[in-house]
Amino acid sequence: MNNKYMLTVEDVSKTYDGFKAITDLTFYLFEGELRTVIGPNGAGKSTFFDLITGRAKPDKGKIEFGFDTDLTELNEYEINRLGVGRKFQTPSVFTEHTVFNNLVLSLKGSRGVFASIFKRHSSTDRDRIDELLKLIRLDGKRDWKAGQLAHGEKQWLEIGMLLAQDPKILLVDEPAAGMTDEETHRTGELLISLAGKHSIIVIEHDMTFVKQIARDGQVTVLHQGSVLCEGKFDAVQSNPKVREVYLGRGKSNK
Amino acid sequence: MSSLSTRHKVELIAAGFISLFFIVIFPLLNAHGMVSDFTINLWGKYLCYALLAISVDLLWGYTGLLSLGQALFFSLGGYMMGMYLMRMIGDLGQYHKPIPDFLVFLGWTELPKFWKPFSSFPFAFSLILLLPGLLALVFGFLAFRSRIKGVYFSILTQALTYGASLMFFRNDMLMGGNNGFTDFKFILGHDLRSATTQRGLFIVTAIVLLLVYTSLRLLSHTKFGLVQRAIRDGENRVLFSGYATAHFKLFIFVIAALIASIGGALYVPQVGIINPSEMTPDKSLEAVVWCAVGGRGTLVGPIIGAISINSLKSWASRAAPDYWLVILGGLFVVVVLLLPGGIVSIPARLKSLWQRVTRQPSA
Repeated sequence: MNNKYMLTVEDVSKTYDGFKAITDLTFYLFEGELRTVIGPNGAGKSTFFDLITGRAKPDKGKIEFGFDTDLTELNEYEINRLGVGRKFQTPSVFTEHTVFNNLVLSLKGSRGVFASIFKRHSSTDRDRIDELLKLIRLDGKRDWKAGQLAHGEKQWLEIGMLLAQDPKILLVDEPAAGMTDEETHRTGELLISLAGKHSIIVIEHDMTFVKQIARDGQVTVLHQGSVLCEGKFDAVQSNPKVREVYLGRGKSNK
Repeated sequence: MSSLSTRHKVELIAAGFISLFFIVIFPLLNAHGMVSDFTINLWGKYLCYALLAISVDLLWGYTGLLSLGQALFFSLGGYMMGMYLMRMIGDLGQYHKPIPDFLVFLGWTELPKFWKPFSSFPFAFSLILLLPGLLALVFGFLAFRSRIKGVYFSILTQALTYGASLMFFRNDMLMGGNNGFTDFKFILGHDLRSATTQRGLFIVTAIVLLLVYTSLRLLSHTKFGLVQRAIRDGENRVLFSGYATAHFKLFIFVIAALIASIGGALYVPQVGIINPSEMTPDKSLEAVVWCAVGGRGTLVGPIIGAISINSLKSWASRAAPDYWLVILGGLFVVVVLLLPGGIVSIPARLKSLWQRVTRQPSA
């Protein structure tokens, strides 16, 4: 891991109708890092992703990708094409398409209207999809409609769709939501194996899961739209401010 | 995968036979007096409606954009064709003047400037494509850029067609006012009142429908088709997968406008009239009902819907003219509640019902 910034967020604020969703947030992500972001409900975690991916524009502040690409000037698909992939909290897959076609649509490549009319699958495309299907353990269900998959499988498919785009940054919003303990653990292993090749930010509530994926990496705690503290998992967990934020709201999230 | 390809083969063979019937056999039967001129003319009208229904379904069933403005594009195509047909009347009108009757009635002695080029069929034909295409391009660009979706898109398209109909109702638009255009005589030198010309128009309509069907079928199998349906099922995911969904929607909106417009251009010489009531919002709504009843999200569905509902309408307007709207509304409710997949979903439903019935004794 070198010390190159993959993502720079400095002094960013965003208000919605007077509600301060994000206040003076500063956040850096190193290349190849796996960062976990936690925080109570309403801490601004989803808004944080919205701002990075172009769904929302900051009122002020700087959001840069890599060295000097200003993300605040770009829209969702332009940011995606730069290499920023986002997984939503509720699995968002194309329910009427087969698992295979979900991946076809996500494969890296031209995204234009006319290119899509004349596009044919190459054998490299097929190989890449086969590889991904194995990785997300859906190779037996390639011809299933995505809508027929179990909740956990949909989450995995969506992760597969992100990987098909071969993004530089992966933004993952509560990947373990609705998964069994075993599925959660496997998801954690998958994310750990992806770190290094990709830079990853994971938003998560499940502390067992956070502990698993954070290992000795950095954990960022968001509270009321800004960074409350940042550090190793154990340090963060024993931080009195963090305990107060969580416990003070009657949420123990052990 | 193999079952998919057999299904495609069945569909291909069925489409081939039906096209053969409409393009060759039906007109032959008419030429030999076994199908009346009235019937073939009526079916020509149904096939034009089928084009309108396909244009609605391409947007609604395939892309999730419920446009209530397709009747406008249909009518614009009709009006462009109508202008050419009005010029072909020459001085055979009621007033025996070289300009259309309604202009004489309004006190005009000379042809208004914008009417002049319509004496040329190639000009009229290019406007049949250009005018609705450009309108769809500009309107779609603005609507999709502002991310207008769902019911707002429906309302906006409905407002567009309503506004246009009000404009066309005005006499000073010089497009025939509420009477529109009628009393056509010739198309490309052929007498529109002769059975041969009407048969020719029917054949052309059937061929156009076949071409539209085939190209859209091919398009739906490309990656474009996948993106299109993905937009319907989860536009955010498409956007966050790097696709400029607005560009895709705009492309489809323009294509749909062109299909509707060609349908309208073929419709006018066969029914012999075009007036602003064709572009009122309820005409668009009717086309939506054809789609829903036939089966949206399929290409056969809108064709079946347009033909079956309009046959029913022809029958009802003789048998029970006062109840037609009640029948249509009732049908729509029944389909939405009991048969959401429309008529085309009946075979699959019967099959699953049959499987349940035959499986039960053993269970």
